Amino acid sequence: MIEQTVLSRELLLGFYRQMVLIRRFEDKAAEMYTLGKIGGFLHLYNGEEAVAVGAISVLRPEDHIFTHYRDHGHALARGMDPRRVMAELFGKTTGVSRGRGGSMHMADPALRFWGGYAIVGGHIPLACGMALAIQYRGADEVVLCIFGDGATNIGEFHEGLNLAALWKLPVIFLCENNFYGMGTHVRRAASTPEIYRRAEVYGIRSEQVDGMDLLAVREVMSRAMDYVRAGHGPYFIEALTYRFRGHSMADPELYRSREEVEEWRRQRDPITRFSGYIIQNGYATAEELAAIEQEVEAEVEEAVRFADESPEPPLESVTEYVYVNPGPARRVAHA
Amino acid sequence: MPELTFREALRQALREEMLRDERVFLMGEDIGAYGGSYAVTRGLLEEFGEKRVKDTPIAEAAIVGLATGAAMGGLKPVAELMTINFSLLAADQIINHLAKIYYMFGGQFTAPAVIRTAAGWGQLGATHSQFLEVIYSHVPGLKVVMPSTPYDAKGLLKAAIRDPDPVLFIEHTLLYGIRGEVPDEEYLVPIGLADVKRPGRDVTIVAYARMVHVAMNAARELEAEGVDCEIVDLRTLRPLDIETVVESVKKTNHVVIVEEDWKSFGVGAEVAARIAEQAFDYLDAPVVRVGMLEVPMPYNRNLERHVVPDEADVLAAVRSVVGSRV
Repeated sequence: MIEQTVLSRELLLGFYRQMVLIRRFEDKAAEMYTLGKIGGFLHLYNGEEAVAVGAISVLRPEDHIFTHYRDHGHALARGMDPRRVMAELFGKTTGVSRGRGGSMHMADPALRFWGGYAIVGGHIPLACGMALAIQYRGADEVVLCIFGDGATNIGEFHEGLNLAALWKLPVIFLCENNFYGMGTHVRRAASTPEIYRRAEVYGIRSEQVDGMDLLAVREVMSRAMDYVRAGHGPYFIEALTYRFRGHSMADPELYRSREEVEEWRRQRDPITRFSGYIIQNGYATAEELAAIEQEVEAEVEEAVRFADESPEPPLESVTEYVYVNPGPARRVAHA
Repeated sequence: MPELTFREALRQALREEMLRDERVFLMGEDIGAYGGSYAVTRGLLEEFGEKRVKDTPIAEAAIVGLATGAAMGGLKPVAELMTINFSLLAADQIINHLAKIYYMFGGQFTAPAVIRTAAGWGQLGATHSQFLEVIYSHVPGLKVVMPSTPYDAKGLLKAAIRDPDPVLFIEHTLLYGIRGEVPDEEYLVPIGLADVKRPGRDVTIVAYARMVHVAMNAARELEAEGVDCEIVDLRTLRPLDIETVVESVKKTNHVVIVEEDWKSFGVGAEVAARIAEQAFDYLDAPVVRVGMLEVPMPYNRNLERHVVPDEADVLAAVRSVVGSRV
């Protein structure tokens, strides 16, 4: 692999730390959900960490992200403060979306993280629109648009891909294929289950990658970034991955066997795989990695403490943010 | 004052805003090379070029979605949906995305896109003859505008383009050809303000879009009968300027609401409910609504005319209301 010789120990340990942070954060979120601290839907990212960390690590600060509702991992990988992500899960004012969004709607425009979206495929046109604005301004920024395999059967996916290709928009489509759209296997939902091939009909360059291998994801993403930034139009990546937990906390997982899940967890865990790589190549020792894990544990505990102690939004604030300008001052304007 | 058609007034608004602000651009089906299916955008591609006048494929969700994303990215898109019937294909983008971006992420950013669309009828059959403004007026986060005159159309479209919130701008296809006075100098018509198109003492007729003209004709006839109608043009459906309506009701004590749409769960229902809440004690007669017959639009010319409310319907409604004058 090319990157082996280029990547510094510092960078590799940073990736490791981010993946562990996502894993621990999600486990803690599940715990908080069972305690009733978090309501509604909670879709956890366990198992898919190498996709978020690998792909987002290639972006520059000026690049943009649109993603789907399983968005905690992407938010953390982009550098969102875990305390404010946890506070959003708790519905607190200190949450990234001030408690208005919840699990599925993390956003931070300072990070050019334009949000998690909860209508499957609905954000794909939005990402293309952001790419259109970039093209309009003549900037060399890139939009990363992340969605799951389930989104590739919906009309907005196809409308978005067609226009992105037609107008050569600077967007990277990243499909996290975890094989299940909720509980329906991709083979039972898609006429062409090799999803990357769907992009080909729009003339979009596309490839498939092992989404459990962080370095492989980075390599493909780097290639995509160079291509898109050079003005060739969009790029499509299908990352094969797997979620270790249910679709949401309410999922009894009747559609897949325990053996299947165990096999992925034991043999293909992206964090185990990456730590093995780090140790075998002498970048760090097992003890050093354990120390990172302990730091992360503390950070997640601190996130929970922060979220728990943060204030609830005042009830009278509920009508804020519906309109920037709710209406004219009628008596004055109605001359 | 120069007279312009409704269509020309809209085109002027687009052109002036495009000249004023580089970030304003147009996108939609057949708005460029074809010249616009209702010719509103004719000539703008030639003047501004393909960067600012973008023909799109027939893909309504993408049109609204890209406009929303571009607005989040700092541009001022004016997207055109050829007719409001097709907006249903973009309803997810309009209702689940455009309307919610500002709130759902805690006020961190906005998507101030303008969606222009046309509604009307004319032997077009059931799927091309709908007025769906009620669906969108139901949704917090959207502003919905439906002008009746060239003057209002121009001023409101310019205001919509400068508005910090998303605006759905609905143009009545049967109004595109009407003429009206439009001043040369720049002006805006504020979103969210109704307008008294005709002052009167005896009865308030609440209307919007083409029904304002039908009401005006009826009012002229009623004047001869000694009934003085006040006509309130809502102009904006959301936010609804109920204060102007209530003020008028307090004066006339009689109300007829005219809408070119099915009455059930409609604009008239909303206005009547608010009058009941805010001005019940001023009413001398029950509120009467005039609207379309509750059927999908038929093709046959006579049947279609029978479905759409006309002057005779308004006259009958007003007479029934003022007949009960104490």
